Amino acid sequence: MTDVASPGPDPRSAIYVRGTFVPPAPPPGSIVGPLGWSRRHLFSSPANIAVTIFTILLLAWAVPPMLDWLIFNAVWTGENREACLAPEGGKVGACWAFIQAKFGQILYGRYPLDQRWRVDLVAVLFVAGLVPLAIPRVPFKRQNAVLMLTAFPVAAYFLLYGGLGLPVVETALWGGLLVTLVVAVTGIVASLPLGILLALGRRSKLPIVKLVSVVFIEFWRGVPLITVLFMASVMLPLFLPSGVNFDKLLRALIGVALFSAAYMAETIRGGLQAIPKGQYEAAAAMGLGYWQSMRLIILPQALKIVIPGIVNSFISLFKDTSLVLIIGLFDVLGIIQLNFSDANWSAPNVPATGFIFAALVFWIFCFGMSRYSQYMERRLDTGHSRH
Amino acid sequence: MSSTSAAADASADRVQMSVGKEVAVELVGVNKWYGEFHVLRDINLTVRRGERIVVCGPSGSGKSTMIRCINRLEEHQKGKIVVDGIELTNDLKRIDEVRREVGMVFQHFNLFPHLTILENCTLAPIWVRKMPKKEADQLAMHYLERVKIPEQANKYPGQLSGGQQQRVAIARSLCMRPKVMLFDEPTSALDPEMVKEVLEVMIGLAESGMTMICVTHEMGFARQVANRVIFMDQGQIVEQNEPNAFFNNPQHERTKLFLSQILH
Repeated sequence: MTDVASPGPDPRSAIYVRGTFVPPAPPPGSIVGPLGWSRRHLFSSPANIAVTIFTILLLAWAVPPMLDWLIFNAVWTGENREACLAPEGGKVGACWAFIQAKFGQILYGRYPLDQRWRVDLVAVLFVAGLVPLAIPRVPFKRQNAVLMLTAFPVAAYFLLYGGLGLPVVETALWGGLLVTLVVAVTGIVASLPLGILLALGRRSKLPIVKLVSVVFIEFWRGVPLITVLFMASVMLPLFLPSGVNFDKLLRALIGVALFSAAYMAETIRGGLQAIPKGQYEAAAAMGLGYWQSMRLIILPQALKIVIPGIVNSFISLFKDTSLVLIIGLFDVLGIIQLNFSDANWSAPNVPATGFIFAALVFWIFCFGMSRYSQYMERRLDTGHSRH
Repeated sequence: MSSTSAAADASADRVQMSVGKEVAVELVGVNKWYGEFHVLRDINLTVRRGERIVVCGPSGSGKSTMIRCINRLEEHQKGKIVVDGIELTNDLKRIDEVRREVGMVFQHFNLFPHLTILENCTLAPIWVRKMPKKEADQLAMHYLERVKIPEQANKYPGQLSGGQQQRVAIARSLCMRPKVMLFDEPTSALDPEMVKEVLEVMIGLAESGMTMICVTHEMGFARQVANRVIFMDQGQIVEQNEPNAFFNNPQHERTKLFLSQILH
């Protein structure tokens, strides 16, 4: 203690007037710095010390063999299964050569080799549109968003499927990351606005709008996605007049979008319910109409609250795209699994390598979404939650 | 309340403003029920242009409900409410017309936390009045200066104190250039140190001739500003009078009891 401050009240006296205010002082050394941190978080109690030591031992036991398998003993290059077989008496790790050999298929599926530039071009356009949208500092957000929602889908359709002079590539030939991304991005882009409308509909005072929304949401939420996909691919053609052919991928897209819209609606409804009544009243008192107050006041706040839930839905949707395998479409996982049956690459370590690679691909996208959403949450925080 | 006693002897510098003949707000035989509960019972009230009305009464007496009926945040079931010549019915267009002309300040400010102070103020002029953004910005800055916080324009509500937020809420309402201002207990959610700054803004507003209906228990404010004080209990108007007579010589037993409870 320094003696800058005047002494506190004398316990024997009832009268006291402060002379000087106590200035803020730095905290004691035991709570700051790496030493302070580890003392508080790693070694604060005997139980905590035990957990820390146990965790370190566990990591020491698990990590080195993992690294051996993934990196040090892994086969990085090779033409066929021979390269990935264990040497006499030795050990062999992952067979990355398999991934390398099948990389084109993992990206494009069976998309014709000489047409793959079209997929690349769509990918470039997508990234070129998405990155400026995702970075808050870049201007022209509105124009950019409009382009991404109108011109880009049209361009992507013609480039990927064909038409306008480009040869048609049937969706049956699409596969790999292409299918994963087409299904996931379409599902995400379609489910958000649809989910918003359904959420508003479910809270509507108009009984018919409310009923339709409730029935829609409860129907799609109550049915497993696999059932939806099966129905889309097996049953729907039975009901359509013969000759009318609905593309299989398109059917899957619609199924996935409606399915996730139902989930999205409930997530967003949670956000709408969290907005205080006063916000609705203030908006109404100023003369804003229903759609104006929703768009300008309620939804921006509600959506911000449920960013974690929305991204949760996006991530689960992204991973659910693997289910299109059951209707004969091959996403990243499907195409890798398909290639396990290639006799050229039949080695014991190939399936494990393939699954780990598929997991890595999914993880990269999902982790990216997760990190970006956390960044947006921090950015959109205007400090009112503290009040 | 510290400001109560301070302003109590300030009746000498009572705000002097002429009250017009024109009727701004008229309630005729207004009744409202929440389910079985008869919350407003036969309310009759005529507010002329430029008049300042203070409404007080115990909690649950229907005072907030009454002023919330004036901009149709609450619906009345019987009787007639006419605001600025427009009768409030189920017609949504008329409701919006009334809301454009009637500003409201809430107990809990209800600023929009995701918008800056300036955006809070310009939102309604831009979207409801269709004012160009530049003009709306100027208008907002004008009123933010009037409530003495132009320097906070680019902050968010969460960064301001309660008193500052309430002043912004007043400025936000004024930006619609309303003909009538409703105040629903504007100071009761404030820290004691912040009540005065909000009352000063309200007094300034009264001096400018605004028609005001204030639900408040700031009796000093009532003495200084009001043309009429209305006391409500059990959903009805029990007594109304000009402030001096109301405070010094209340007639109804219920009023006397109420005043003895709050003026100490």
